[in-house]
Amino acid sequence: MASLIRSWIPLLILQSFLVAIAFGSKEAEEFSEALLLKPLPDRKVLAHFHFENRAPPSNSHGRHHHLFPKAISQLVQKFRVKEMELSFTQGRWNHEHWGGFDPLSSMNAKPVGVELWAVFDVPQSQVDTSWKNLTHALSGLFCASINFLESSTSYAAPTWGFGTNSDKLRYGSLPREAVCTENLTPWLKLLPCRDKDGISALMNRPSVYRGFYHSQRLHLSTVESGQEGLGSGIVLEQTLTVVLQPETTSVETNMQPSWSLSSLFGRKVVGSCVLAKSSNVYLQLEGRLGHESKNVDTEIEAHKLWKNADFDLSLKPDRVLRESSSLLFIFDIDKSSDSEPFDLGLTWKLPSKWSCQQAPLQATRFLMGSGNERGAIAILLKATESQEKLPGRVVTDGRCTIKANIFQIFPWYVKVYYHTLQIFVDQQQKTDCEVLKKINVSPSTDKVSSGMLEMMLELPCEVKSAAISIEYDKGFLHIDEYPPDANQGFDIPSALISFPSHHASLDFQEELSKSPLLSSFKEKSLVRSYTEVLLVPLTTPDFSMPYNVITITCTIFALYFGSLLNVLRRRIGEEERFLKSQAGKKTFGLKQLLSRLTAKIRGRPIEPPSSDSPAAQSSFLSSKLIFKIILVAGAAAAWQYFSTDN
Amino acid sequence: MATEKRDKEEEEVKTDDGSLKIKPRPIVQLGIFLVAHSPVFSVVFSAAGVLALLILPLLAKNTYISENALMPGSARSMLSNRDVSDGSKLVKDIKNYRLNHEGQGVEVQKLIGKYMSEMGAEVYYQKFHPEGNQFHPLHFFSGPDSYTLLDNVSCASYGVNVAGIIRAPRGDGKESIVLVTPYDFINGGDYEALSLGITGTLFSLLARVTWLSKDIIWLVADSRYGDYRPVAAWLTEYHSPSFKDSDLLKCGELNTADKFRRAGTMAAALVLKVDGRSERFEDTLSIYAEASNGQMPNLDLINVVNYLAVHRQGFYVKVEKVVSLLSSSWLKIIGEIFEAVGKLAHTLNPDWNFGIPTADYLEGSATLASSLYSQALGIPTGPHGAFRDYQVDAITLKVSPRFPPDSKTRQHDFFLRGAKLLEGTIRSVNNLLEKFHQSFFLYLLTSPSKFISVGVYMIAFALLVASLPMVAASLYIDGCKALNNSTLNPAGNFKSWKWLDAAKQVFALHLFGLIVTLLPYFICQVPGQHSPSNRSIMWGTTSSSLLLITFATIPGCSPFSSRRHGTNWAVLKSVTISAAFIGLCLMSIINFATAEIGALLLVPTCLIVQPIKPALRSRRIKSLLGAFCSMVLLTIGFPVMLFAISKGLFGEGLVGLSLGGEFWTWLESLWAWKSATYLYIGMVHLPCWLLCLCILFHPS
Repeated sequence: MASLIRSWIPLLILQSFLVAIAFGSKEAEEFSEALLLKPLPDRKVLAHFHFENRAPPSNSHGRHHHLFPKAISQLVQKFRVKEMELSFTQGRWNHEHWGGFDPLSSMNAKPVGVELWAVFDVPQSQVDTSWKNLTHALSGLFCASINFLESSTSYAAPTWGFGTNSDKLRYGSLPREAVCTENLTPWLKLLPCRDKDGISALMNRPSVYRGFYHSQRLHLSTVESGQEGLGSGIVLEQTLTVVLQPETTSVETNMQPSWSLSSLFGRKVVGSCVLAKSSNVYLQLEGRLGHESKNVDTEIEAHKLWKNADFDLSLKPDRVLRESSSLLFIFDIDKSSDSEPFDLGLTWKLPSKWSCQQAPLQATRFLMGSGNERGAIAILLKATESQEKLPGRVVTDGRCTIKANIFQIFPWYVKVYYHTLQIFVDQQQKTDCEVLKKINVSPSTDKVSSGMLEMMLELPCEVKSAAISIEYDKGFLHIDEYPPDANQGFDIPSALISFPSHHASLDFQEELSKSPLLSSFKEKSLVRSYTEVLLVPLTTPDFSMPYNVITITCTIFALYFGSLLNVLRRRIGEEERFLKSQAGKKTFGLKQLLSRLTAKIRGRPIEPPSSDSPAAQSSFLSSKLIFKIILVAGAAAAWQYFSTDN
Repeated sequence: MATEKRDKEEEEVKTDDGSLKIKPRPIVQLGIFLVAHSPVFSVVFSAAGVLALLILPLLAKNTYISENALMPGSARSMLSNRDVSDGSKLVKDIKNYRLNHEGQGVEVQKLIGKYMSEMGAEVYYQKFHPEGNQFHPLHFFSGPDSYTLLDNVSCASYGVNVAGIIRAPRGDGKESIVLVTPYDFINGGDYEALSLGITGTLFSLLARVTWLSKDIIWLVADSRYGDYRPVAAWLTEYHSPSFKDSDLLKCGELNTADKFRRAGTMAAALVLKVDGRSERFEDTLSIYAEASNGQMPNLDLINVVNYLAVHRQGFYVKVEKVVSLLSSSWLKIIGEIFEAVGKLAHTLNPDWNFGIPTADYLEGSATLASSLYSQALGIPTGPHGAFRDYQVDAITLKVSPRFPPDSKTRQHDFFLRGAKLLEGTIRSVNNLLEKFHQSFFLYLLTSPSKFISVGVYMIAFALLVASLPMVAASLYIDGCKALNNSTLNPAGNFKSWKWLDAAKQVFALHLFGLIVTLLPYFICQVPGQHSPSNRSIMWGTTSSSLLLITFATIPGCSPFSSRRHGTNWAVLKSVTISAAFIGLCLMSIINFATAEIGALLLVPTCLIVQPIKPALRSRRIKSLLGAFCSMVLLTIGFPVMLFAISKGLFGEGLVGLSLGGEFWTWLESLWAWKSATYLYIGMVHLPCWLLCLCILFHPS
């Protein structure tokens, strides 16, 4: 106990110091932490860590911050970032089972690898420069190769397809970036308590990375103060979403697995981060469970909510909130301590089944065709079961329609023929004007910029499926443009499908929405889903054979230059004259030989030679030669034989 | 004699002014030398070519894993008894169901689908139409996308495939590995069901492992209409779906519209079949790799399977071989000679270890012959061939257990070992970061662990073909001279155009070959049902009448035309040989094995053929022998004859009367598989054979 007190003393001092400073300024910097746990229908558990750090508008915060990470504020000031989001993701979000129509999935289901977008507050001409500098800064900050987004072939400037309408927006993604602890550690460094205390202490690396999905996100936005002389405030939102599989011993397949925080993460929460304004743990139960109890007035019924025939919570929730289809249990972890760690557990007693709400259309994307020459990209939109129930249908001209935006970047080596765009709705080919409401195309330039396609589709509400296909040619890269492991193929980044008329929000009808997590859920967010990354096999040279290449090139060079020099330097008339004079002077034998050769070619008997001696000489020469060869060969064979014998 | 002498002197003078005094370059000298002695060299080269082919089994190298990332067998197998019991249960369920129910339904497919979804896989069903591609001359070389859905699909016959996809837990979904088990849901035997058991066992494991980086697709292909067709239909749907409405989707109670799922670019595919009982003591694993037009999967894939099967699971691995060659005495004698030479070389220098025992030589050559034959035929040896059209490396594994299918105790062990083999292979492919590219694509197998790479086996072909240009050149020189002598007016101005008449004839016959190649398409369009033999008779009659028309219309084309119009046979032979040379070289790029076998037949024929009339007139033994040889070679060279001989060689019975029908069926299969061998026979072999016939009956 004494040691405990001793360990707390410095923290207390620090806290009181910070509080003093905080009260000194006009508006305090705030930090809050939250963890949302949610059992998923496919026997997995989603854990969503949410940290929010607010720096209020002040004229001082360029130099000094109490809680807010300096690195980020410097970033914002240096590159005048208005809004930015960076995400590192591993694994795929399962839209079918994990939902696609709640704020959690629309914000945290990210494409594989790194995704970065930013809006700048600089003149139009400087946006690209700022973007390039920003990528380098982030690259250093997060130990990732975000600097590859600097190249103009890897990012694009979406106009309206991305959801945020701004001409100062830049978007880029790196599908092949591997995400690991080296990216998590710098991300954790931005938190005031790092992963030493509070909820973030749960982030045991092996258990976090063992999950089926892992997405770490950093979102920052500046808030204009509106006051003269004051700078802008910054809101930094850091989230980590993991989907874990609780270890289960039961063999029953329809039974949801029971879990606790310690079984999921291998750690327990021992107290909150003292610098956090609020630190809560939420447990969201979806589907059928929410409908059961309409009233939470009485104590018994409230008790029934967390200890009933279906399931059992190990701790009593501090509050219970209701939404149309889900229940939210709120736990305050301030009370927990070393001796009494916070270890929330959920035990299922009965098999239960529910389904998540899905986006109106489920998107898949795939490659078509075969061979190394041409191909096609197809995006298939399929109606989900929950499509009819969703709000957000737009009725125009007496027709009920669903709007879908498609935003897609094409690398330049995928040369898309935009005129081959075909749209099929319910297996019927449609002309462009029927369903295509808006389209924006910026074609790619070889080795300079990537292509971009933004489309707004207006599909009838009763649509079952829609398919979009577009053909492309595969380009050739220069030998030094191939990345390492070029034979794997090349990635086409995920397409973004968003539904502009659908907004996801979870309103828990809490008047005093103090929690930043809940208020972020309350905000209406655009329903969006990312498609798969595609792998295009391109023609690759045989990198493992540089020797062959060198040899062939050298041979070609030698042949080319040799014959060229021959043509340029040779004077044939001169040579002939020289040879003639030589022939006049020299040997009788040469002429003889040549005539013999020509005679042989014509297949006629050899002319009787004018003198016998050259022929005799030549035959003698040849027999002598043969004798010599035999002698040398015999010697060699003997040498070989005796040398190996010894 | 006097005129000849004067002629010579004139020529001598002519050349004396020009190039005679300049010593030709060595390379030109060499060329002149080779051309001058072309008869000797052509015999030497051809003999060397045949010898090089015979010596190939000696030159075979041991296979090795070229790609380091594969690491076969380095991980411990994670298969447990639970997985095996899952697989066994699936087999038992299917057998029970099949015992109690009869009929056409899709209940067995649903049973498998239920098993897959219990394992946690995404399941879907796919309907396909059993009718495959029709021959269309214009679509011959086009890719698989040219497949179009038939407009009026009848619901009377269609197959239903089941496929399940296991998503790699932490993978990015860019790549996938495909497992295929063909199963006849109606008539499938007990052995076939065992393949479902092995894959089911494996699937149960793969559904819970965490090391997957590529998605796994398990396709249970409905092999009611053959093994190949369902896989090809599935691949077509995977790679080039038609988004348009299809009548097929409405057939039956099963709704498959918009249910098709995909899992990225395929890295490799394994087709597993269980058939028959092994004759040996061990379980036997046969590997089939040849895809259409002699394309082979990357050698590393075969290596991995072979390594795991031999060194880890104790299977007896074999590849197909020509059994009749094993007992042939002439090959045995050659093998013994090679063995003796090898031993002699070994005594001279202990480092020279190229000699192999006669038995090994026989095995190697029988396997090599089969490998060459299947590549040359250009027809895939199994369902894996469908994958090659999409640049996916795939092989078929045919497992024969050593126990009867109803033995429960052995079955457990068999499932375990089969699944372990597949698990190891999948794990290796899963390790791959890049697609297969390290090892060979062009090779011939002489045993599962020995191969001959392209650099070695092309020597035989190069030697065979090398004599052709030499002989063509020397014949041309001879022919020009003969023409100069025979014609009264000295056509010195058009000396270089001597070959034009002959070329016309060669071109006409090649054109005829092209028409004959395309004829079957039109014969197929003839309304009414015709038996294959009727069709072949139709084809034969049209072709021969066409040939007569060709001979009649084009002057100087026919061997029976009068002497005045006829070209010099030497020039004709020279142009024929050039055409054969070009044809063979082109074919060697498309399908090497076809070119190799074609060269073996065509080169001796082209070299040896000479007009038969002078030979008969001269009555010298040498020329009579030559005439006899060319007659024999020409008889063998006739495509129908060739087909009959190859059937006899591969131990299949010959029915004399239905030969035409069988030949037609065979050709139909060739073009249905888009085999370039068909084009070769029609456009290179047949015209050259006809030209040789023309030379044989040349009235000179």
